[in-house]
Amino acid sequence: MNAITRREFLKVSAVAGGGLIIGFRFGGGEALAQGAASQNMNAWVAIQPDGRVVLTCQRNEMGQDVHTSLAMLLAEELEVDPRSVKIVQAGADPVYINKLLGGQLTGGSTSIRDGWDTLRQAGAGARMMLASAAAAKWNVPVGDVRAENGVMTAGSNRATYGELAGDAAKQVLPKEIPLKPADKWKVIGKDLARLDGADKARGKTVFGIDYAQSGMLYAALAQCPVIGGKVASFVQTPVKRAGVHKVVNIGEGVAVIADHFWIARTALGDVKITWDEGPGAGVDSAGIWMKLQAAKGRDGFTAKKVGDVAAAAKKGKTIEATYMCQMLSHATLEPQNCMARVTPDGVDVWASTQFPQGAQGAAAAAAGVKPEQVRIWPQFIGGGFGRRLENDFIVQAVLIAKEMPGTPVKLIWMRPDDMQHDFYRPPSLHVLKGTVDGGRIVALSSKMVSPSITSRAFPPFVKDGNDPFMTEGLANFTYDIPNFELRTVIEEVGVRVGYWRSVSNALNSFATESFVDELARAAGRDPLMFRIAMLENMPAQRAVLERVAALSGYSATPGKGRGFGVASMECYDTHAALVCEVSGKGGKVKLERITVVADCGLAVHPDQAVAQLEGGIVTGLIGTLRSKITLKNGRVEQANFDTFTLPRMLDVPPIKVELITKGAKPAGLGEVGVPLVAPAVANAVFALTGKRIRSLPLEDGGASFA
Amino acid sequence: MANLNINGKTVQVDAAPDTPLLWALRDHLAMTGTKFGCGAALCGACTVHVDGKPTRSCVTPISAVDGKKVTTIEGLDGNRVAQAVQASWDRIQVPQCGYCQSGQVMAATALLTATPNPTDAQIESAMNGNICRCGTYGRVRVAIKEAAKKLGGAA
Repeated sequence: MNAITRREFLKVSAVAGGGLIIGFRFGGGEALAQGAASQNMNAWVAIQPDGRVVLTCQRNEMGQDVHTSLAMLLAEELEVDPRSVKIVQAGADPVYINKLLGGQLTGGSTSIRDGWDTLRQAGAGARMMLASAAAAKWNVPVGDVRAENGVMTAGSNRATYGELAGDAAKQVLPKEIPLKPADKWKVIGKDLARLDGADKARGKTVFGIDYAQSGMLYAALAQCPVIGGKVASFVQTPVKRAGVHKVVNIGEGVAVIADHFWIARTALGDVKITWDEGPGAGVDSAGIWMKLQAAKGRDGFTAKKVGDVAAAAKKGKTIEATYMCQMLSHATLEPQNCMARVTPDGVDVWASTQFPQGAQGAAAAAAGVKPEQVRIWPQFIGGGFGRRLENDFIVQAVLIAKEMPGTPVKLIWMRPDDMQHDFYRPPSLHVLKGTVDGGRIVALSSKMVSPSITSRAFPPFVKDGNDPFMTEGLANFTYDIPNFELRTVIEEVGVRVGYWRSVSNALNSFATESFVDELARAAGRDPLMFRIAMLENMPAQRAVLERVAALSGYSATPGKGRGFGVASMECYDTHAALVCEVSGKGGKVKLERITVVADCGLAVHPDQAVAQLEGGIVTGLIGTLRSKITLKNGRVEQANFDTFTLPRMLDVPPIKVELITKGAKPAGLGEVGVPLVAPAVANAVFALTGKRIRSLPLEDGGASFA
Repeated sequence: MANLNINGKTVQVDAAPDTPLLWALRDHLAMTGTKFGCGAALCGACTVHVDGKPTRSCVTPISAVDGKKVTTIEGLDGNRVAQAVQASWDRIQVPQCGYCQSGQVMAATALLTATPNPTDAQIESAMNGNICRCGTYGRVRVAIKEAAKKLGGAA
């Protein structure tokens, strides 16, 4: 779409019209504070008197480069240098709702896809209003006015955007907002330094945990070691500590409020708490897996049914296998934290959040006020991965701050609290059955058994036992298979589960892309050629597989002591294929190289698109190699990075990324690197050792990584 | 009351002697460039230099740095090696979320100060204690090598 109609724009702006004032009062406080002379063109663009463009960024920056790449979209149409755009983070406001997700949240690899039209239109609309103001001022036809690098010209007339902004804000938006064709792009698809990069290398970026105000206090919180448990009673032993203000019971824990965090944390040791652990105390990993195993026999929800799997099974060679994935913690490097201030006028919340709208609702409920009385001030996020779609820590901070009216109180979790009070990647079982005949898969059935994230997080989206997120990685299956059956069984096991970067794509892709390898072997075919042969109707998928094979030096017979594993899928509208090369030495598997090729349509900011894939692959390695979360007596057994390990420099092999960008619009990339890692590594381990490992992490199944 | 030497200046901190240097920096001195990640010397986000050596400030009580020189990410002005490291970080575009990057830069600066021309193994050994949850390791490696080259292999 290269142009939008006025009506369509007004649909957006109608929300914006109501939201503009709210948006800038709640979200763009900083923009307003810069001086009343700053002119708002729309909910995204304000222009300062000096001509500086301020973008109110609707998505939260957690490393995925939204500040820069969304600014690039705006700058392209506004005709300004993207490096000069100043970013202000949007607060909670309906105008900033993510159209692909239906809420104001950052996730699902949607920021660029959702912002693609919105930000270009915001830029183009503002530019046209500036041009109209210039035309009126100079009494020339608007068609004679040229916009370039923040300046309007017509003949000998010249004015900066800053000089025109006051008049421009009064202009009526034209009926049509044409957007530039691709061959006129000056910004999109060109590399530039991240707007936030230099500060991040110098320790200057203010993350949620860093945000400070004079007069603030700190809180440390002892939470029930069993998630869902409550404080039964507590005794504060009579130790008088300087700097302690208050000890408060918020139900799920006891907090100490003090002048400094370390005082609060130390003083927590003086509080003896008796817990009512609740039903969660009976949950352990053995029981979780028994429940999931027991649920395998249920029919569940049929998400897709094509042809007749049972009939096809009679005609060829059929094999069956069950795969399993252990739970994972998000383990963001910035522990959960939140600063809140509760006053008679309302509530202010400063936090690293991926979900300002959810934070607003949750804080309002905790404080007993209306959502519009809550101002959310999202900060730079020290790692999201889905953890910061949750609002538990925000609710806690508000409950604590309520006890100190008028005072900003910052709650900070210690690392063990963070690891032991997460919303974990769900444990999952995958029952697979497949039939090969004539060198291809003629029938495939998959049944995923797992607790449902969505029935907790967004209950209305789960209907008739169907959590649509559970079919990710399968509903979008690329191979041409005539008989196909896809089922999901929701089985709650007493653990709190959450969206973890790439969600079910990672779980399903480990199971199916490993199983496709098993089927290739059953058919006596090379796993790569086997896949390519089933992609006649998916040229884009076929192309990434062929390219990754060439780029990685893939070989089905690389010689003793080496092995290649391949995996391929379509997710977030991107076609991706990944090859892992391994070597064996002394019973250990060494990852030699990972190569990924992704067709993402087009890349707005190519260098950072590559960075997302590099980082996604490292995230994929977490659950692939050796990390897992387990429970005993309702308690998570891992507490820190010694027991829940994250990949370190030595664990990560060289990663090579290539993008295919011949499309007309961008696809998602933030999560694409993650899900192909586990199956490609598992397939490489098989190629090397002949051992098929059907459980994650792979070390659970007997692999040992160098 | 403790007297600390931070970035070449003597500052007073009104905190108990067992207070970790990390929290003295962050809460008492409002120097938040040094990050809290694990509290147990497992992730490197809190790395500072104590008498030039990379040190995990989350497990270092302020009593242990009495009479020593502490350098934080805020105190690298005029440090030729650090500035080469940061310039290289900019060129290679290392950071993603950025939360670990203060610690990475401090560790890389200490490495190149002590070992101007490190081998791959020396880079791995110096940097393996610094977790990057976003996975920027490949770029960290390239940026260190590039900084070493710019510095001419002799800091």
